[in-house]
Amino acid sequence: MTDTAAETRVGEPIIELHHVDKWFGEFHVLRDINLEVKKGERVVVCGPSGSGKSTMIRCINRLEEHQQGQIIVAGIELTSDLKNIEAIRREVGMVFQQFNLFPHLTVLQNLTLAPIWVRKLPRKEAEETARLYLERVRIPEQADKYPGQLSGGQQQRVAIARSLCMKPEIMLFDEPTSALDPEMIKEVLDVMIELAREGMTMVCVTHEMGFARTVADTMVFMDRGEIVERGPPQEFFANPKSDRTKLFLSQILAH
Amino acid sequence: MADIDVTQELPLPVERPRPVTSGPLAWLRANLFNNIPNTILTLIALYLLAVTIPPVIRWALVDAIWHADSGRACHTGGACWAFIAEKGRFILFGRFPYEEHWRPLSVVVIFIAVILASCDRRLWGRWLALLWLAGIAAVGVLMRGGILGMSYVEPELWNGLPLTLILSVVGMIFAFPLAIVLALGRRSELPAVRAICVGYIELIRGVPAITLLFMASVMLPLLLPTGMTIDKLLRAQVAIIMFAAAYLAEIIRGGLQAIPRGQYEAADSLGLGYWRRTRLIVLPQALAMVIPPLVNNFISSFKNTSLVSIISLFDLLGAANAALTDANWQGFYMEAYVFTAAIYFTFCFFMSRYSQMLEREFNRGRQR
Repeated sequence: MTDTAAETRVGEPIIELHHVDKWFGEFHVLRDINLEVKKGERVVVCGPSGSGKSTMIRCINRLEEHQQGQIIVAGIELTSDLKNIEAIRREVGMVFQQFNLFPHLTVLQNLTLAPIWVRKLPRKEAEETARLYLERVRIPEQADKYPGQLSGGQQQRVAIARSLCMKPEIMLFDEPTSALDPEMIKEVLDVMIELAREGMTMVCVTHEMGFARTVADTMVFMDRGEIVERGPPQEFFANPKSDRTKLFLSQILAH
Repeated sequence: MADIDVTQELPLPVERPRPVTSGPLAWLRANLFNNIPNTILTLIALYLLAVTIPPVIRWALVDAIWHADSGRACHTGGACWAFIAEKGRFILFGRFPYEEHWRPLSVVVIFIAVILASCDRRLWGRWLALLWLAGIAAVGVLMRGGILGMSYVEPELWNGLPLTLILSVVGMIFAFPLAIVLALGRRSELPAVRAICVGYIELIRGVPAITLLFMASVMLPLLLPTGMTIDKLLRAQVAIIMFAAAYLAEIIRGGLQAIPRGQYEAADSLGLGYWRRTRLIVLPQALAMVIPPLVNNFISSFKNTSLVSIISLFDLLGAANAALTDANWQGFYMEAYVFTAAIYFTFCFFMSRYSQMLEREFNRGRQR
């Protein structure tokens, strides 16, 4: 790692993937994935669609099951042991492409549900925390609305706040801006940039290369289920080594 | 059209005499006579109403007899409401001892009160469940008697409306949770659980309700060890619960299947776990989605309880049929069935209206 600032800021490894393989039926979707994310590190994963990047980060909180290799998150190894899975999920927040807010609950209820039922916080405390995070994602006035009444950008910010309310160690973002109208992308990215500045450990699958340049400590490029290239963003963008990376970057940065 | 003089002012919309836009006449014109086919249909409908309504009114009101001492004085061509005046209590409460009729009456009142209380969503919670338990206990005590100075009345004599309400309401209350378990079980990842639930649902659905009732009333006693008896009413109740549960389970499964995968993933990613995910995220949405078919099922099982007359339990309809056998009051089928139909309709209409209200409430603020 050439970025000395990042070197001092980041700490112990908090996510480790060793030789992870996964198949969907016959399709080999992840091939020998090795990845280490340190505490406080911001990793941006990019690659063409179908390259396995979403599948990889969904393995980190066991929304997908890996079939070979080892995944260790926050010191806990992911096995089929439900206790471990739930322990890891408490520490790992996730933001989805399609927001996945709970439509039958108000924004505030969306935010307080898990803290109350999983963290066992008293309702009042959970609501205070929730309002705090709503303020941080700049929509405190929407607390009593239902998700269906909000714009896509607002919904995604609520989804980010919902994850943050669990005070996770790690945040995973699975193409958080891909389902948004262009004018709403910035409001979500701004929230994510702010989060990155505060030192959150983040693994983010995105095509927003501007965002990647701004916040990433490490860029990871995936293609056909493999990690093809990784490195600090300056090097990654200025001087990609692999031809596949060059091709991808030329396509995505062309316009 | 080629040479339009652009300097010419565009013609303004001509001020026509303003058509009547409100009032009954305008409504008629807009809704019933707005084109030729509609006008024809309206005229046909009016003709049919003119042919059918006056005779009904003449029968039910004009020519009707309200007071009579026996059926013989009552056969005049009009409705004999004197029959209902005479037999109404019998239809409602059957052979329950006459002087004790306040007990089944209280049972009906308790049912209606608890059902009305359950309609208020703000009251949904733990104490409503307790209210139901207390209500059902009170119903049992009032019907059975034998304590608190009330005489014992055997279940054979629990007839009429209270029986219909007991069978259907208690049936739904027990069938509903069972149905949720079955629906969840059918989607379980454990093969054994899934097989049991699928087997149960398919078995029950593949058999007519009457068969189940017969089995409960005739075959079950044969299978039980000698000396052990289970009350016939209880057996019928269990059969109704089992039958309703299978159908409700399939309705609920439909709702469960409509929940997008993202909802499960979001709940999982927050660490909710299976039970909390099911209770807090999946079921509330799934059940809200299937309110119309659920209520449809409630309505039909409410009416299906009349099948128990086949194993000689006298529910509302059974009691009406029994009332028709009185030698002094013979042949008043119309009156008896109009009376029972009106009672059934009142309950079913209420359920249907309530479901529409619930649907509106659940959908509020959720449309995108």
